Amino acid sequence: MAEVAWLVRRPLIVGDKSVAQVTRDICAAMETRPSALWWAGFLAALSLLGLGVTAISYEISTGIGTWGENRTVGWAFDITNFVFWIGIGHAGTLISAILFLFRQRWRTSVNRAAEAMTIFAVMCAGIFPLIHMGRPWLAHWMFPYPNTRGSLWINFRSPLVWDFFAIATYLTISLTFWYVGLLPDLATIRDRTASPWRRRIAGILSLGWNGSTRTWQRYEVVYLLLAGLGTPLVVSVHTIVSWDFATSLIPGWHATIFPPYFVAGAIFSGMAMVLTLMIVARKTMQLEDYITPRHVDIMCKLIIATGGIVGLSYATEFFMALYSSNPYEQFVFLNRATGPLCWAYWTMVSCNVLVPQLLWFRRVRSNLVLVFVISIFVNIGMWFERFVIIVTSLHHDFLPSSWVSYRPTCIEVATLLGTFGLFFTCFLLFVRLVPVIAIGEVKAVVSHDKLSGGTHA
Amino acid sequence: MSRRVMLGFFEREEDVLAATRAAREAGLRILDVYTPYPVHGLDRAMGLAPSRLAFVCLILGLFGAVFKVWFEFWTTSVAWPINVGGKPWNSLPAFVPVTFEVMVLFAGVSTFLAFLVVAGLRPGRAPVMPDPRVTDDRFVLMVEETDSVFDAVRVEQLFAGFRALHSEERVEARS
Repeated sequence: MAEVAWLVRRPLIVGDKSVAQVTRDICAAMETRPSALWWAGFLAALSLLGLGVTAISYEISTGIGTWGENRTVGWAFDITNFVFWIGIGHAGTLISAILFLFRQRWRTSVNRAAEAMTIFAVMCAGIFPLIHMGRPWLAHWMFPYPNTRGSLWINFRSPLVWDFFAIATYLTISLTFWYVGLLPDLATIRDRTASPWRRRIAGILSLGWNGSTRTWQRYEVVYLLLAGLGTPLVVSVHTIVSWDFATSLIPGWHATIFPPYFVAGAIFSGMAMVLTLMIVARKTMQLEDYITPRHVDIMCKLIIATGGIVGLSYATEFFMALYSSNPYEQFVFLNRATGPLCWAYWTMVSCNVLVPQLLWFRRVRSNLVLVFVISIFVNIGMWFERFVIIVTSLHHDFLPSSWVSYRPTCIEVATLLGTFGLFFTCFLLFVRLVPVIAIGEVKAVVSHDKLSGGTHA
Repeated sequence: MSRRVMLGFFEREEDVLAATRAAREAGLRILDVYTPYPVHGLDRAMGLAPSRLAFVCLILGLFGAVFKVWFEFWTTSVAWPINVGGKPWNSLPAFVPVTFEVMVLFAGVSTFLAFLVVAGLRPGRAPVMPDPRVTDDRFVLMVEETDSVFDAVRVEQLFAGFRALHSEERVEARS
């Protein structure tokens, strides 16, 4: 009996930590000088960011003609990157909101970093529609404000307007959620740091948090409410992103399966990105006791589950096209699998459907290097999924005389690399400036482990 | 105005929880309990009423949704009706996605702001706490010394019975 109890209540955090130790361990990563590895990563990310800024400046000053888009393929690299980054963000909300509602206590070790990842990914995503407007200095025209043009209001029937509202709300709510969760930890930094500057800044940002039970009680209510709002929000955001495509009449886009297919794909890709980042972070920041192989194991299982939904969607989509007896629909799918861009399609299928099957084996899930490699494959595969959906549906349209191919220009590639630069610059600054792990929540888990499990041999 | 308070310092959540329950049963006036992380059941042990923030969330969320439906209707079919692909001016189903997003935005942001207001959190406010270690690993139970019959020794014994590290009497300025 005792053994069974031990199995059920295996501690989430290893090393039998005391509460004070949790504070010390997690804050230690920020209080030491950054390592050479951090500087190398930071400078590399900053260089990529510089490259991206250059590419975007060139594109804005010259025009959209610097991209490889043409009359037939009007959406390509930029919207692919947009959907890719938005999808990455979704795992953060899954971990922070949905798993919170399901009372999955393991999430406490990764939720802070995953939420940060969400915010940075949404920032990266937002760049693409903005620059695709061609005249980004008129971006405020997306807001429904009284103006001197009529007032000419925006068209609320347009999925692109829905998308604008979805992304803006998503970014705001994610930031709010992240900041609420950060308040107690900022207070912890304020009360322990020796650096006067850090104490000043943490003091202002922690808003006078004092650990009172009255505040904690309200904090928990707010956290629960934001999680409850975030859960339908994350589903709605990627649903609306999929409607950008599904409400059109393009074969290959016009499909009712798109919303669930996109949401599952988003969580799949985001989970892979969380794994990629966490496996590196736990190693380089000595957080092995907090982000344990067990956390990685659970996330791998989520990858199998969502990857399964994605694989099923690919098959359903293909079957429905053949079954529809619509020649245009059938052509688009055969063209995807056998046409000039079939290499992209088969890259997508192998990275997203075949490679993750390795995760069924416990031996693979416990080998972190292998998991890291698989997560990179999923990241690549999910980028190609969006590329396949967008470009192969457009490049051979209804009129064979307008068939073209699409090839990204170096400006487009540089812009994509630039967003990776932005993402990693933000992420590397984040790991230095705020606790990567939610200290308050982990303390509760540590005490819970102790209370329920007794002594852990 | 100032008041005398008695503080009990604890090391573990189960101790402070039991001490709070016992103090309440003994009829002491519990001012607050300071903890490094949320301790479940402590609000009930203190006798705190449940938070009403959920109502703020509900009402402002509903307000956001209603406002947005009205706004979309007004802009597209009253202020400047524009024929887009022959769709009806009042295209209610097409208004649903933005309405939902605005509802979530209003509900979330207003709940957050209401939380800051009722909890008295604001930038630059100096934290009022009995011990800076509260945000690290200390649990502090604070009871008010209500009148002259308050028996400090007995309260100290009560705290000690729940493995309090130490107890301390303080005079604090009432704000």
